[in-house]
Amino acid sequence: MNKPIRTIATFCLMLFLALMINATYLQYWKADELNDNPQNRRVLVASYSRERGAIQVGSKAIAESVESDDQYKFQRTYPKPLEYAPITGWFSYYSATGIEQTRNDILSGDDSRLFVTKLVDLLSNDPTKGGNVRLTIDPAAQDAAYDGLKALGPNVQGSVVALEPSTGKILAMVSLPTYDPNKLASHDLGSVQDTFDRLNDDPAQPLLNRAIQTRLPPGSTFKILTAAAAIDKGLYKADDPVPGGATFQLPQTSGVTGEIDNEGRSCGANGSRIPFTQALAQSCNTTFAQLAIEVGAEDMTKTAEGFGFNSHYFDDLTPQAESVFPTDANEPQIGQSGIGQYEVAATPLQMAMVTAGIANGGSVMRPYLVDEEQSADLDVIQKTDPQELSQAVSSSTASEVTKLMVATVNDGTASPAAMDGIQVAGKTGTAQSGQPDKPPYAWFVSFAPAENPRVAVAVMIQAADIPRGEIAGGTYGGPIAKAVMEAVIR
Amino acid sequence: MSQTAATPGSSSLMGFVHRRRRGAELFLLVLALAVGIGAYAAVGIGVQEKVPADLLGYGGWLAALVIVAHVVIRFVAPYADPVLLPVVAALNGLGLAVIHRLDLAKEAADKPHAFAQQQLTWMTLGVVLFVVTLLALRDHRVLQRFTYTSGLAAIVLLLLPMLPGIGRTINGARIWIHVGPFSFQPGEVAKVLLVVTFSGYLVLHRDALALAGRRFLFVDLPRGRDLGPILVMWVVSLGILVRQQDLGSSLLFFGLFLVMLYVATERPGWLVVGGLLFAAGATLAYYLFSHVQVRFDIWLHPFDYYNKNGDQAFQPVEAQFGMGWGGLIGRGFGDGDPNRVPFAESDFIVAAIGEELGLTAVIAVILLYGLIVERALRIALICRDGFGKLMATGLGSIFALQVFVVVGGVTSLIPLTGLTTPFLSYGGSSLIANWVIVAILLRISDQARRPAPQLSDDTAAIGDDATQVVKLG
Repeated sequence: MNKPIRTIATFCLMLFLALMINATYLQYWKADELNDNPQNRRVLVASYSRERGAIQVGSKAIAESVESDDQYKFQRTYPKPLEYAPITGWFSYYSATGIEQTRNDILSGDDSRLFVTKLVDLLSNDPTKGGNVRLTIDPAAQDAAYDGLKALGPNVQGSVVALEPSTGKILAMVSLPTYDPNKLASHDLGSVQDTFDRLNDDPAQPLLNRAIQTRLPPGSTFKILTAAAAIDKGLYKADDPVPGGATFQLPQTSGVTGEIDNEGRSCGANGSRIPFTQALAQSCNTTFAQLAIEVGAEDMTKTAEGFGFNSHYFDDLTPQAESVFPTDANEPQIGQSGIGQYEVAATPLQMAMVTAGIANGGSVMRPYLVDEEQSADLDVIQKTDPQELSQAVSSSTASEVTKLMVATVNDGTASPAAMDGIQVAGKTGTAQSGQPDKPPYAWFVSFAPAENPRVAVAVMIQAADIPRGEIAGGTYGGPIAKAVMEAVIR
Repeated sequence: MSQTAATPGSSSLMGFVHRRRRGAELFLLVLALAVGIGAYAAVGIGVQEKVPADLLGYGGWLAALVIVAHVVIRFVAPYADPVLLPVVAALNGLGLAVIHRLDLAKEAADKPHAFAQQQLTWMTLGVVLFVVTLLALRDHRVLQRFTYTSGLAAIVLLLLPMLPGIGRTINGARIWIHVGPFSFQPGEVAKVLLVVTFSGYLVLHRDALALAGRRFLFVDLPRGRDLGPILVMWVVSLGILVRQQDLGSSLLFFGLFLVMLYVATERPGWLVVGGLLFAAGATLAYYLFSHVQVRFDIWLHPFDYYNKNGDQAFQPVEAQFGMGWGGLIGRGFGDGDPNRVPFAESDFIVAAIGEELGLTAVIAVILLYGLIVERALRIALICRDGFGKLMATGLGSIFALQVFVVVGGVTSLIPLTGLTTPFLSYGGSSLIANWVIVAILLRISDQARRPAPQLSDDTAAIGDDATQVVKLG
């Protein structure tokens, strides 16, 4: 009987080998896939039971974990929930967004760069503690932007973005309406689901981060880009006269639909030439439509893309909506594009980048929100280095455009942003929504000080309780931009 | 079957010296106790952040149990295999610690259970029966007298859960009986009885089964009338499968029978016939019964079922999540969430080990089981009588099949079936039955390893034929 017993022994060896191979497959090769499965509550509950790192602005935490006495051990709290919600996002039992999501590895302590810390925790049997994320946000600028935008009324929809032109640091990022992430981070899971459903179904879309996710026609603020393209091509200088006119009939069109006017602003007679400064200060549509046509679709697109249109450049929050500049526009379309209409659509972050690019001598820096990642012991693991996205226009072009924008603040539509003793460069914008029942969108972009820029701001007001006729970028956006710039400079 | 037919001097034929190796066993037992008591201490440190207050009492009790078993072996089975008891003690000790850790998790969730306490009682009872078996059963061949008695008893036990009044359906399987406050899984005892029956029956009828028959397509097929027992066994296991919805036991009993039939007759044809029969039966069951279909489909696509339709996939998917999360070295006691898997302390204890102790521990546990099977088959190889050979093979195969079915089910290698993990899982019937099985194995090994009685001196003539194992029985 020994031969079959040996065969059975071999057979049993096979069975046990199969078990061991399968266990190895499950716990080694398939482990990552299992851990990444969104249905895996174990991973989530554990990250709840862990002391998650803080998200910091200046010396204060805007998201931190405090001990709770229920089964999850720690409660995520947001000390300034409404103001910072579009940045922090939330960390709920069901999902995470914002920095909580994009920097989850470091906050939860799972990041491989925290390996040594984790090993020490393992050996000392301490629970893993997450690392911290320090943001580039300037709290004073953020407060100014949030307070300024909120002052427009309870139903305001809009956004403010401020950048440091020389680095691309995001100094302020506000989006309204907003929400309270504390309610979504609650351990009362039923109320979390209710709150989420209510916010998600709200037609005002409070969960949207309008700074990076809402694309609207930038209107007249886009004229600084058209001016930059024309100057960069060598067609004009800031002191040169440019084509003016009360109306301008777009090529290949006839009748009023193809006719561009200036809504009564002073832009000279048809066929005349006016100073470049006047054209921008009075936001002359007739001038910039003609300039855009003179530059041509190809170079307009090249310049727009140099500033970041049609591209993806921001990962600190997701998803970033790509701003759009049409790539195959014909002459009348490029004319309309030159004044920020037709298919041109930009996020507030994009317009802040255009402004910051001009302020930084034509060099557009990649915008970033996370300045430093630290271990739980506050050792710096990674510090973000500023990175140039592109040299959109030459530095001489940028300084010419700056001259025009300074004139616009000093003598033109952007005057509400003027500051005592500091030279500001700016531009207003009012873009047609294209829908008769919706008021136009108001924009305002500026930077200061003009000679040595430290901050560039874009303000976008999508809707507010303001009479339709009074929607103009300068009136409402100007003071907000001014407050943000003052907060950074002073 | 008389021992007097044994070849004289077979000790030197086997090529090994008869050594008792009790010292080795004692040394290994110390290691096994270190595993059990160390794991218990680690649970206290990991979960409650302090060394358990009753560590000395607990460790003392565990040590006393294995020392008693060791001492009894020294006296009544001095030549018994020295590896089996330490391996079993290590598994049982590890199981106790893991069950204790799951108790603490249940306590934290306000659903207190004292499973570990209960399991220690069962272990004590198991060791008592282990000792009783060794003391009462001085020669395993005595069991051959009970071939048909134990067969009848096994069938009665298997049918008991279907009786109204004492049978209970727990977790979908009707494999329990309740008498007063006691509940009991008769299948666990039945498997020991079945091994006795099969061994007794096959050792008598092996020649008829092996030699009569004809050849068909290169396979030696047995005679029709010899197919009777195998058909009965096929019907019984299918009946268990269908009536009691217990796929695991059905697979275990039928697999056990096939292995023993093959070993007794040395004819692979039986394996072919049996394998085809089981495949046919399983296919039939698949098409006839929707719950078998659902089980099978859940095995193939567990994640499609997770969180849906009454959530039958919750257990296997949570087990996979847990084991994946444990990774190579595990989360450590107290840092996992093994209690998410329903019945982690019984059927799914390997998932709990995988989660908190990692792949390392899972492989170690599988290797320990492999060691048990290896020792059992080695005992079968060196055993000098056919009945003992078949018994040892059968008992070893039970471990192999049971571990494969349950660990394979937990790790989704094969469709999930309900079986306990020997010595690890919470459960009195299983633990006690397995301790008795080990006692029987040790008894057979003691018989096999002790020097054969010297009946004559004319050994020199055949003494050179060194590697032959002489067929007996």
